Amino acid sequence: MINDIISMNGYGIYVWSSFAFTLISFGVLYTAIKVQLIKEKIKFDAKYLNLNSNKKKAFRAQEAYKGILASNSVSKI
Amino acid sequence: MLKNFEPNKIFSITSKAPKYVLIAFIIIISIGLVEALFISPEDYIQSHSVRIMYVHVPSAWISLGTFSIIAILSFVIIIFKNKSFILIAKSLAPSGLVFNIIALVTGSIWGKPTWGTWWAWDARITSMLILALFYIIYILAWRIYDDNEKVYKITSLIAIIGVINVPIIKYSVDWWSTLHQPASINIFAKTSIHSSMMIPLALMTASFALFSILIFLMKYNTELIKIKNKGLDRL
Repeated sequence: MINDIISMNGYGIYVWSSFAFTLISFGVLYTAIKVQLIKEKIKFDAKYLNLNSNKKKAFRAQEAYKGILASNSVSKI
Repeated sequence: MLKNFEPNKIFSITSKAPKYVLIAFIIIISIGLVEALFISPEDYIQSHSVRIMYVHVPSAWISLGTFSIIAILSFVIIIFKNKSFILIAKSLAPSGLVFNIIALVTGSIWGKPTWGTWWAWDARITSMLILALFYIIYILAWRIYDDNEKVYKITSLIAIIGVINVPIIKYSVDWWSTLHQPASINIFAKTSIHSSMMIPLALMTASFALFSILIFLMKYNTELIKIKNKGLDRL
Protein backbone atom coordinates (compact mmCIF):
# COMPACT_ATOMS: atom_id res chain seq x y z
CA MET A 1 0.00 0.00 0.00
CA ILE A 2 2.68 2.50 1.10
CA ASN A 3 5.00 1.28 -1.69
CA ASP A 4 2.21 1.92 -4.22
CA ILE A 5 1.76 5.48 -2.92
CA ILE A 6 5.50 6.13 -3.07
CA SER A 7 6.16 4.52 -6.47
CA MET A 8 2.93 5.61 -8.25
CA ASN A 9 3.46 3.08 -11.06
CA GLY A 10 7.00 4.34 -11.56
CA TYR A 11 5.99 8.01 -11.71
CA GLY A 12 6.57 8.65 -7.99
CA ILE A 13 9.99 10.19 -8.51
CA TYR A 14 8.50 12.83 -10.85
CA VAL A 15 5.37 13.51 -8.79
CA TRP A 16 7.05 13.67 -5.37
CA SER A 17 9.96 15.77 -6.64
CA SER A 18 7.53 18.29 -8.22
CA PHE A 19 5.54 18.66 -5.00
CA ALA A 20 8.71 18.77 -2.90
CA PHE A 21 10.24 21.48 -5.12
CA THR A 22 7.04 23.55 -4.86
CA LEU A 23 6.80 23.29 -1.08
CA ILE A 24 10.53 23.95 -0.57
CA SER A 25 10.25 27.05 -2.81
CA PHE A 26 7.34 28.25 -0.65
CA GLY A 27 9.40 27.70 2.48
CA VAL A 28 12.45 29.53 1.11
CA LEU A 29 10.40 32.51 -0.16
CA TYR A 30 8.42 32.80 3.10
CA THR A 31 11.61 32.65 5.20
CA ALA A 32 13.43 35.20 3.01
CA ILE A 33 10.58 37.72 3.17
CA LYS A 34 10.04 37.14 6.90
CA VAL A 35 13.76 37.71 7.63
CA GLN A 36 13.68 40.95 5.58
CA LEU A 37 10.61 42.12 7.52
CA ILE A 38 12.14 41.35 10.93
CA LYS A 39 15.44 43.06 9.97
CA GLU A 40 13.62 46.24 8.92
CA LYS A 41 11.52 46.22 12.12
CA ILE A 42 14.65 45.84 14.28
CA LYS A 43 16.35 48.66 12.35
CA PHE A 44 13.32 50.89 12.83
CA ASP A 45 12.99 50.15 16.56
CA ALA A 46 16.67 50.90 17.12
CA LYS A 47 16.52 54.20 15.21
CA TYR A 48 13.27 55.31 16.78
CA LEU A 49 14.37 54.63 20.35
CA ASN A 50 17.46 56.81 19.83
CA LEU A 51 15.42 59.85 18.79
CA ASN A 52 14.88 62.72 21.22
CA SER A 53 11.30 63.73 22.05
CA ASN A 54 11.22 66.61 19.52
CA LYS A 55 12.29 64.35 16.67
CA LYS A 56 9.78 61.71 17.74
CA LYS A 57 7.10 64.39 17.61
CA ALA A 58 8.24 65.50 14.16
CA PHE A 59 8.26 61.91 12.95
CA ARG A 60 4.73 61.29 14.22
CA ALA A 61 3.56 64.41 12.40
CA GLN A 62 4.60 62.98 9.03
CA GLU A 63 1.20 62.32 7.46
CA ALA A 64 2.12 59.21 5.49
CA TYR A 65 3.54 57.48 8.55
CA LYS A 66 0.68 58.07 11.00
CA GLY A 67 -1.18 54.92 10.13
CA ILE A 68 2.01 52.91 10.02
CA LEU A 69 3.16 54.11 13.40
CA ALA A 70 -0.23 53.42 15.02
CA SER A 71 0.17 49.71 14.33
CA ASN A 72 3.79 49.46 15.44
CA SER A 73 4.82 48.39 18.91
CA VAL A 74 7.15 51.39 19.18
CA SER A 75 4.21 53.78 19.03
CA LYS A 76 3.03 52.50 22.42
CA ILE A 77 6.10 53.90 24.19
CA MET B 1 -11.27 56.46 -4.78
CA LEU B 2 -7.51 56.27 -5.35
CA LYS B 3 -7.00 57.76 -1.87
CA ASN B 4 -8.07 54.39 -0.43
CA PHE B 5 -4.79 53.00 -1.76
CA GLU B 6 -2.60 55.36 0.30
CA PRO B 7 0.13 53.40 2.14
CA ASN B 8 -1.03 54.24 5.67
CA LYS B 9 -4.59 53.09 4.91
CA ILE B 10 -3.40 49.87 3.31
CA PHE B 11 -0.94 49.26 6.17
CA SER B 12 -3.80 49.10 8.68
CA ILE B 13 -4.98 46.02 6.75
CA THR B 14 -1.66 44.51 5.68
CA SER B 15 -0.23 44.55 9.22
CA LYS B 16 -3.06 42.43 10.62
CA ALA B 17 -4.04 40.22 7.68
CA PRO B 18 -0.97 37.90 7.23
CA LYS B 19 -1.73 35.63 10.20
CA TYR B 20 -5.30 34.99 9.00
CA VAL B 21 -4.13 34.43 5.42
CA LEU B 22 -1.44 32.02 6.69
CA ILE B 23 -4.02 29.98 8.64
CA ALA B 24 -6.38 29.84 5.61
CA PHE B 25 -3.45 28.85 3.37
CA ILE B 26 -2.37 25.98 5.66
CA ILE B 27 -5.94 24.62 5.89
CA ILE B 28 -6.64 24.79 2.15
CA ILE B 29 -3.26 23.46 1.01
CA SER B 30 -3.56 20.52 3.43
CA ILE B 31 -6.91 19.53 1.92
CA GLY B 32 -5.61 20.26 -1.58
CA LEU B 33 -2.52 18.06 -1.11
CA VAL B 34 -4.60 15.11 0.14
CA GLU B 35 -6.97 15.51 -2.83
CA ALA B 36 -4.15 15.96 -5.36
CA LEU B 37 -1.86 13.17 -4.16
CA PHE B 38 -4.23 10.51 -2.85
CA ILE B 39 -7.92 11.02 -3.72
CA SER B 40 -7.93 12.26 -7.33
CA PRO B 41 -7.81 9.49 -9.96
CA GLU B 42 -4.86 8.76 -12.22
CA ASP B 43 -5.14 9.65 -15.90
CA TYR B 44 -5.81 6.79 -18.36
CA ILE B 45 -2.90 7.88 -20.57
CA GLN B 46 -0.50 9.75 -18.26
CA SER B 47 -1.18 7.58 -15.20
CA HIS B 48 0.00 9.17 -11.90
CA SER B 49 2.23 11.73 -13.62
CA VAL B 50 -0.94 13.80 -14.18
CA ARG B 51 -0.75 14.77 -10.49
CA ILE B 52 2.07 17.19 -11.39
CA MET B 53 -0.69 19.26 -13.02
CA TYR B 54 -1.92 20.24 -9.52
CA VAL B 55 1.25 22.23 -8.84
CA HIS B 56 2.28 23.12 -12.39
CA VAL B 57 -0.96 24.67 -13.69
CA PRO B 58 -1.85 26.83 -10.62
CA SER B 59 1.74 28.12 -10.51
CA ALA B 60 1.56 29.17 -14.15
CA TRP B 61 -1.84 30.83 -13.62
CA ILE B 62 -0.68 32.78 -10.54
CA SER B 63 2.52 33.89 -12.22
CA LEU B 64 0.64 35.14 -15.31
CA GLY B 65 -2.07 36.80 -13.20
CA THR B 66 0.49 38.50 -10.97
CA PHE B 67 2.41 39.95 -13.90
CA SER B 68 -0.84 41.17 -15.47
CA ILE B 69 -1.76 42.95 -12.22
CA ILE B 70 1.74 44.51 -12.03
CA ALA B 71 1.34 45.74 -15.63
CA ILE B 72 -2.15 47.22 -14.97
CA LEU B 73 -0.84 49.00 -11.85
CA SER B 74 2.18 50.22 -13.82
CA PHE B 75 -0.13 51.60 -16.49
CA VAL B 76 -2.07 53.52 -13.80
CA ILE B 77 1.23 54.75 -12.30
CA ILE B 78 2.41 56.09 -15.69
CA ILE B 79 -0.91 57.57 -16.89
CA PHE B 80 -2.36 58.98 -13.66
CA LYS B 81 0.98 59.55 -11.85
CA ASN B 82 -0.50 57.63 -8.93
CA LYS B 83 2.39 56.69 -6.68
CA SER B 84 0.29 54.70 -4.19
CA PHE B 85 0.38 51.76 -6.58
CA ILE B 86 4.18 51.69 -6.84
CA LEU B 87 4.68 49.76 -3.61
CA ILE B 88 1.82 47.38 -4.45
CA ALA B 89 3.37 46.55 -7.84
CA LYS B 90 6.86 46.17 -6.34
CA SER B 91 5.59 43.87 -3.57
CA LEU B 92 3.80 41.55 -6.00
CA ALA B 93 6.91 40.71 -8.03
CA PRO B 94 8.79 38.23 -5.74
CA SER B 95 5.90 35.75 -5.44
CA GLY B 96 5.19 36.09 -9.18
CA LEU B 97 8.79 35.17 -10.01
CA VAL B 98 8.81 32.18 -7.65
CA PHE B 99 5.55 30.85 -9.12
CA ASN B 100 7.01 31.31 -12.61
CA ILE B 101 10.10 29.28 -11.62
CA ILE B 102 7.89 26.58 -10.04
CA ALA B 103 5.85 26.38 -13.29
CA LEU B 104 9.04 26.01 -15.37
CA VAL B 105 10.67 23.42 -13.10
CA THR B 106 7.57 21.27 -12.51
CA GLY B 107 6.79 21.53 -16.24
CA SER B 108 10.26 20.26 -16.99
CA ILE B 109 9.81 17.36 -14.54
CA TRP B 110 6.40 16.57 -16.08
CA GLY B 111 7.91 16.73 -19.58
CA LYS B 112 10.33 13.85 -18.95
CA PRO B 113 7.75 11.05 -18.46
CA THR B 114 5.20 12.62 -20.85
CA TRP B 115 7.28 13.85 -23.80
CA GLY B 116 10.53 12.01 -23.07
CA THR B 117 12.54 15.22 -22.59
CA TRP B 118 13.28 17.64 -19.75
CA TRP B 119 13.23 20.69 -22.02
CA ALA B 120 12.04 21.69 -25.49
CA TRP B 121 12.06 25.09 -27.15
CA ASP B 122 8.30 24.85 -27.43
CA ALA B 123 6.34 28.14 -27.87
CA ARG B 124 4.70 28.00 -24.46
CA ILE B 125 7.81 26.97 -22.53
CA THR B 126 9.91 29.60 -24.28
CA SER B 127 7.35 32.36 -23.67
CA MET B 128 7.14 31.34 -19.99
CA LEU B 129 10.94 31.56 -19.80
CA ILE B 130 10.73 35.07 -21.31
CA LEU B 131 8.18 36.00 -18.62
CA ALA B 132 10.64 34.82 -15.95
CA LEU B 133 13.30 37.05 -17.52
CA PHE B 134 10.91 40.03 -17.38
CA TYR B 135 10.27 39.31 -13.68
CA ILE B 136 14.03 39.18 -13.05
CA ILE B 137 14.65 42.42 -14.99
CA TYR B 138 11.77 44.10 -13.09
CA ILE B 139 13.13 43.08 -9.68
CA LEU B 140 16.72 43.95 -10.64
CA ALA B 141 15.60 47.40 -11.87
CA TRP B 142 14.15 48.08 -8.41
CA ARG B 143 17.46 47.09 -6.83
CA ILE B 144 19.65 49.03 -9.27
CA TYR B 145 17.60 52.26 -9.43
CA ASP B 146 16.18 52.17 -5.88
CA ASP B 147 17.45 55.64 -5.00
CA ASN B 148 16.69 57.13 -8.40
CA GLU B 149 13.55 59.26 -8.74
CA LYS B 150 12.84 57.67 -12.11
CA VAL B 151 12.71 54.12 -10.71
CA TYR B 152 8.93 53.91 -10.94
CA LYS B 153 8.99 54.99 -14.62
CA ILE B 154 11.69 52.46 -15.51
CA THR B 155 10.00 49.55 -13.68
CA SER B 156 6.54 50.49 -15.00
CA LEU B 157 7.85 50.48 -18.58
CA ILE B 158 9.42 47.06 -18.07
CA ALA B 159 6.08 45.70 -16.81
CA ILE B 160 4.08 47.29 -19.65
CA ILE B 161 6.47 45.93 -22.30
CA GLY B 162 6.54 42.53 -20.58
CA VAL B 163 2.76 42.17 -20.49
CA ILE B 164 2.75 41.86 -24.30
CA ASN B 165 4.13 38.38 -23.64
CA VAL B 166 1.09 37.33 -21.52
CA PRO B 167 -1.39 36.83 -24.42
CA ILE B 168 1.43 35.13 -26.35
CA ILE B 169 1.75 32.60 -23.50
CA LYS B 170 -2.03 32.13 -23.34
CA TYR B 171 -2.59 31.65 -27.08
CA SER B 172 0.75 30.03 -27.99
CA VAL B 173 -0.91 26.58 -27.96
CA ASP B 174 -3.50 27.79 -30.52
CA TRP B 175 -1.19 29.87 -32.73
CA TRP B 176 1.65 27.37 -33.07
CA SER B 177 2.04 23.62 -33.13
CA THR B 178 3.42 22.95 -29.65
CA LEU B 179 3.95 20.01 -27.31
CA HIS B 180 1.36 21.51 -24.95
CA GLN B 181 -2.28 20.56 -25.37
CA PRO B 182 -4.92 23.30 -25.89
CA ALA B 183 -6.59 24.71 -22.75
CA SER B 184 -8.81 22.21 -20.89
CA ILE B 185 -10.40 24.88 -18.71
CA ASN B 186 -12.30 27.74 -20.28
CA ILE B 187 -14.33 30.33 -18.36
CA PHE B 188 -16.56 31.07 -21.36
CA ALA B 189 -17.02 27.55 -22.73
CA LYS B 190 -17.54 23.99 -21.49
CA THR B 191 -14.60 22.71 -19.45
CA SER B 192 -13.25 19.35 -20.58
CA ILE B 193 -11.73 18.36 -17.23
CA HIS B 194 -13.67 15.97 -14.93
CA SER B 195 -14.82 17.22 -11.51
CA SER B 196 -12.67 14.58 -9.74
CA MET B 197 -9.63 16.43 -11.12
CA MET B 198 -11.18 19.90 -11.14
CA ILE B 199 -11.74 19.92 -7.34
CA PRO B 200 -8.07 19.34 -6.37
CA LEU B 201 -6.99 21.76 -9.10
CA ALA B 202 -9.33 24.44 -7.71
CA LEU B 203 -8.14 23.79 -4.14
CA MET B 204 -4.49 23.98 -5.08
CA THR B 205 -5.11 27.16 -7.10
CA ALA B 206 -6.91 28.74 -4.13
CA SER B 207 -4.09 27.80 -1.75
CA PHE B 208 -1.41 29.13 -4.15
CA ALA B 209 -3.37 32.38 -4.52
CA LEU B 210 -3.50 32.68 -0.71
CA PHE B 211 0.25 32.08 -0.48
CA SER B 212 0.82 34.76 -3.10
CA ILE B 213 -1.35 37.19 -1.08
CA LEU B 214 0.55 36.27 2.10
CA ILE B 215 3.93 37.01 0.51
CA PHE B 216 2.56 40.24 -0.98
CA LEU B 217 1.31 41.43 2.43
CA MET B 218 4.62 40.65 4.16
CA LYS B 219 6.65 42.29 1.38
CA TYR B 220 4.39 45.35 1.41
CA ASN B 221 4.86 45.74 5.17
CA THR B 222 8.63 45.42 4.71
CA GLU B 223 8.64 48.14 2.05
CA LEU B 224 6.58 50.48 4.26
CA ILE B 225 8.92 49.99 7.20
CA LYS B 226 11.86 50.71 4.84
CA ILE B 227 10.15 54.03 4.00
CA LYS B 228 9.75 54.75 7.71
CA ASN B 229 13.45 54.09 8.22
CA LYS B 230 14.31 56.54 5.44
CA GLY B 231 11.96 59.05 7.08
CA LEU B 232 13.85 58.64 10.36
CA ASP B 233 17.17 59.18 8.60
CA ARG B 234 15.92 62.50 7.21
CA LEU B 235 15.02 63.89 10.65
